[in-house]
Amino acid sequence: MHMADALISPAVGGTMWAATAGLIAWCAKKVKELHDDRLVPMMGVLGAFIFTAQMINFTIPATGSSGHLGGGLLLAVLLGPHAAFLVMASILTVQALFFADGGLLALGCNIFNLGFFPAFVAYPLIYRVLVKNPQNRLRLWSGSILSAVIGLQLGAFAVVLETMASGISDLSFGTFVLLMQPIHLAIGVVEGLATAAVVSFVVYARPEAVHSTERPVMTRRALTGLILTAVLLGGVASWFASGKLDGLEWSLEKTTGREELAAPEEGIHSNLAQLQEKTAFLPDYTFKVGETEPDLPEEHEAAWPAVDAGTSLSGLLGGLITLAAAAGIGYSLRTRHKNE
Amino acid sequence: MKAARYIEVGQMDELGRLDTPLHRLDARVKMAVVALFVVTVMSFPRYEISGLMPLFLFPFVLMSSGNIPSGAILKKVALALPFALFVGLFNPLLDHSPVLTLGSWTVSGGWLSLTSILLRFTLTVSAALILLACTGIYRLCAGLEQIGVPALFATQLLFLYRYLFVIGDEALRMIRSVRMRSAGSKKLSLRTYSTLTGHLLLRSIDRAQRIYRSMVSRGFAGQIRVLYRTRPGWRDAVFLIGWSAFFILVRFWNPAAALGGWLTGEHP
Repeated sequence: MHMADALISPAVGGTMWAATAGLIAWCAKKVKELHDDRLVPMMGVLGAFIFTAQMINFTIPATGSSGHLGGGLLLAVLLGPHAAFLVMASILTVQALFFADGGLLALGCNIFNLGFFPAFVAYPLIYRVLVKNPQNRLRLWSGSILSAVIGLQLGAFAVVLETMASGISDLSFGTFVLLMQPIHLAIGVVEGLATAAVVSFVVYARPEAVHSTERPVMTRRALTGLILTAVLLGGVASWFASGKLDGLEWSLEKTTGREELAAPEEGIHSNLAQLQEKTAFLPDYTFKVGETEPDLPEEHEAAWPAVDAGTSLSGLLGGLITLAAAAGIGYSLRTRHKNE
Repeated sequence: MKAARYIEVGQMDELGRLDTPLHRLDARVKMAVVALFVVTVMSFPRYEISGLMPLFLFPFVLMSSGNIPSGAILKKVALALPFALFVGLFNPLLDHSPVLTLGSWTVSGGWLSLTSILLRFTLTVSAALILLACTGIYRLCAGLEQIGVPALFATQLLFLYRYLFVIGDEALRMIRSVRMRSAGSKKLSLRTYSTLTGHLLLRSIDRAQRIYRSMVSRGFAGQIRVLYRTRPGWRDAVFLIGWSAFFILVRFWNPAAALGGWLTGEHP
């Protein structure tokens, strides 16, 4: 489920980097507040364990094919959500750097998709509720499978949204959703099976290992974080969408001389006109097709390249500014830590 | 079990330990330049092909000045290709708008955007790999800490990397012994998998506890200190400003198209 750089626009990549950087800083703060030095080597070694376990394949019961562990949910069960998120982030970073799984720009998206959903949604809201006592086999297996499936479905859906927002692939939303969700339903079941298999062994062989490392989770705080992230994402996205960079676009067109001066004006104009038409005809769907079809295609084709150049520039600037913001957040956190 | 992956990690580790002028540059500067490079590559419009070409200068110069064999990088890029190809391959099927005519042959927008996706993929992925190969994980983590990434996360990366080999070797030994006892069947059943992975997990937890005790007995007080603290000098400034200027230049002026225009006699 790793996303690749080549399919992500700088705006989407930068936004997800900012979200992930914020989450890493928050999780690091949370783990630090536990004042448990033992966690430092434990997180490192368990990261190496998950990394290795991802390469061990097993036969999926009742089918011929094989699958392997992803690890997000198991880490949350063993370490609690905050430490699990950090470990998952480190695994994905090493994979991006050493194996070219995903890429640097997509790293923010990948950490969010594969770390956030299992650690902060599937584990606290589903696994902890369903699997109160891992010694109850039915609860353990059903809870693990259900939470793994939901975690992966959300992750897969996030992949679709991020790819759509980037606009580099031509796949339509519906097609991509229909491709991604069923595949990840199967992957989710495998993930749940593998997680339950490992947890059930550990519960049997050394019951204290699951309990001793498990941390209490603050669901309300996690939810507040989720809402804040959503607000941030929405704000950044709408800022990108608003036409604040018109002047800059205009001057870019002028210096490169690729398009006539009128082109961007016309692009925006036609888009607005199209939008107006859409809203105006919304109550009467039957009229829409016949009335707008004839003159739209030419106008559309003429307008697109110009709009493209504008959006990519805004993406570049936006991505850079978001990255700078992420670095700024990190820097301010560092100085505050020093003062403490 | 993809044992080959470990050998590859070893190779990247060796490259990262080299000591060329490129390796000695400040890790933060290299990270910033690679980030700018990736953003530059991805900021081009979707059908762009010629404009991406000048950017190949960056990986090539880095590979040559850092003594990094291009084969090692290309092999990894090729191994990671399937996902970009999987999503990108739909573009030619969906986008039939003709954008280019070469004689009697019309190229549709989908093929152009697929080519563009693959070019971007090669550029960005090789940049990430080269960043690691010309910096090494230790210098990279020290640099991360210096730019304000939480120390806990930088430490986590170092720990994960350090124990990857240890736990990986342990897993390889376990798998080998299972294979020797399972008479030719190559796949693990879920029951065997559960026991095997569970044991590996318990051994890892035990190992972490031993590591912790030995760290404490050597004076560990919650934070790992990394040796590679560097101060940026004039070489770093030249590297940063030079490449940034180059990226900005080729983003707004396409030398490949200009050259093509000059060669074909058309006005660029």
